[in-house]
Amino acid sequence: MITMQWPYSLVGLMFGGFAFYSALDRDNRKRFGNAAFWGLMALSLLAGSWLGDLGNGVLVLALAAIGGFGLMGRGAPETTSQGERLTWAHQLGDRLYLPALVIPAVALAGTLAFKYTPLGTLGWIEPQRETFVFLCVGSLLAVAIIFAWLKPPPSAPLQEGRRLIDAIGWAAVLPQLLAALGVVFAAAGVGEVIGGAARSVIPEGNVFLTLLVFGVGMALFTMIMGNAFAAFPVMAAAIGVPLLIQAYHGNPAVIGAIGMLTGFCGTLLTPMAANFNVVPAALLELKDRNGVIKAQIGTALPLFAVNILLIYFLAFR
Amino acid sequence: MMLPQYFVLAGIVIVVIGFALRLNPMLVVTVAALATGLIAGKGIVEVISLLGKAFNDNRAIAVVWIVLPVIGLLERFGLKERAATTIRRFKAATAGRLLILYLLFRQLTAALGLNSIAGHPQTVRPLVAPMALAAAEQQHGGIEVESQEDVKAFAAATDNVGNFFGEDIFIAIGSIVLIQSTLATYGYRLAPLDLAIWAIPTAIAAFLIHSFRLLRLDRRLRRKRK
Repeated sequence: MITMQWPYSLVGLMFGGFAFYSALDRDNRKRFGNAAFWGLMALSLLAGSWLGDLGNGVLVLALAAIGGFGLMGRGAPETTSQGERLTWAHQLGDRLYLPALVIPAVALAGTLAFKYTPLGTLGWIEPQRETFVFLCVGSLLAVAIIFAWLKPPPSAPLQEGRRLIDAIGWAAVLPQLLAALGVVFAAAGVGEVIGGAARSVIPEGNVFLTLLVFGVGMALFTMIMGNAFAAFPVMAAAIGVPLLIQAYHGNPAVIGAIGMLTGFCGTLLTPMAANFNVVPAALLELKDRNGVIKAQIGTALPLFAVNILLIYFLAFR
Repeated sequence: MMLPQYFVLAGIVIVVIGFALRLNPMLVVTVAALATGLIAGKGIVEVISLLGKAFNDNRAIAVVWIVLPVIGLLERFGLKERAATTIRRFKAATAGRLLILYLLFRQLTAALGLNSIAGHPQTVRPLVAPMALAAAEQQHGGIEVESQEDVKAFAAATDNVGNFFGEDIFIAIGSIVLIQSTLATYGYRLAPLDLAIWAIPTAIAAFLIHSFRLLRLDRRLRRKRK
């Protein structure tokens, strides 16, 4: 069976390649910082299952120190010039889209085949992990097609990948670190304290204000944790179930579904949701690290208000 | 009213202050995690181990970077430039209208459970952002850096809005399963479809609100030109 270790190993080898070429890159004054950082990511992905919890913890501290104290620079991998790219683009035309579509096409075909045909029941792939496997298969296939067709130098996939990962820098690892912070918060009982605090400010007998505290609590706690998944069980236990559903007889399906989406409005507003808000800013080379969040405020706030009104009018009919 | 139990919130305070002062997030997050664990009464070795285990358990997040070599290779052969050329063929294309189409595509595919076919590394950087920039430049004849940043930020924002407010219509997504299992512990047995159906009104509202803002982006770009 293809377990999750397969994608981990493949991505680990890729990061190992980034580390190798980083170490050789004399144009980057901080090349050994980059090599160490991507090398540790390679180690985590290849051997994390065997390093032990403390070993992994020390690895995390080392990553945080290299990324946090500015020990990384930006490499200058060999690539094509703007002029060459325009020439290629003109020559290749719309055929250039085909390899780009291989990844989504494989993801689509794989997901559909896995869900709706007996293929999914054969047990070839670890359950719930098929998306990651198809992503890797699609990427490998796309690289193979580009090689057969355009014949780039053998080092090109790793060098071009390194060009992009260096543009993202430590932000590439931040989402994983934030997920770990969420686990520490949960273990320390932060959720219960927040839930209790939210409950203590509610005036008795007022459905709308109770709902508003529930919604604000979902959004704020989501902003703190970086995702709504951690917020939902806490706010459901503190306010959603005992007050909105049991005391005021709200419809549980409406409160659950739209309550979660109220939390999603918080996801649009926080740097803690790094893979949605911080990584894209780095990936698009925005000057303002919070540029994506700023663009989302005007959508998140009205949508929050709409969600509160939807729950109010749909759940308490 | 400073009760001891509120001390575990120190980590949140560290994160908020750290982000506000624009300190390096890697350090802020690590310090917040260590502080929270120590205040909650754990030993330093225990906290570091907890952090290591959680980081290791979340390695799936890193798998998405497997697309970088493909995207980098395609950029090497002019994919961004080609995307810009393609969009210039459509004379009526504006940044806002293009992003509205992408929003619709993202919401519909996410609603069918296909939210992994698009994303910031796979589609926004190599295709959507260059297309939106090219459309804006074609309409307004070369736009200034400030407007370019605006367009790029909205390209990323549109991907997020489409993804978040489409995926919950699909019954087998993680958040629907979480709502279902949370409410089941209190004795409310709901089918995934009961929940997914209530994601539709919010999805429509998200489309309308964000589309309106994308049309205002076009207007803002037009005004900048004059």
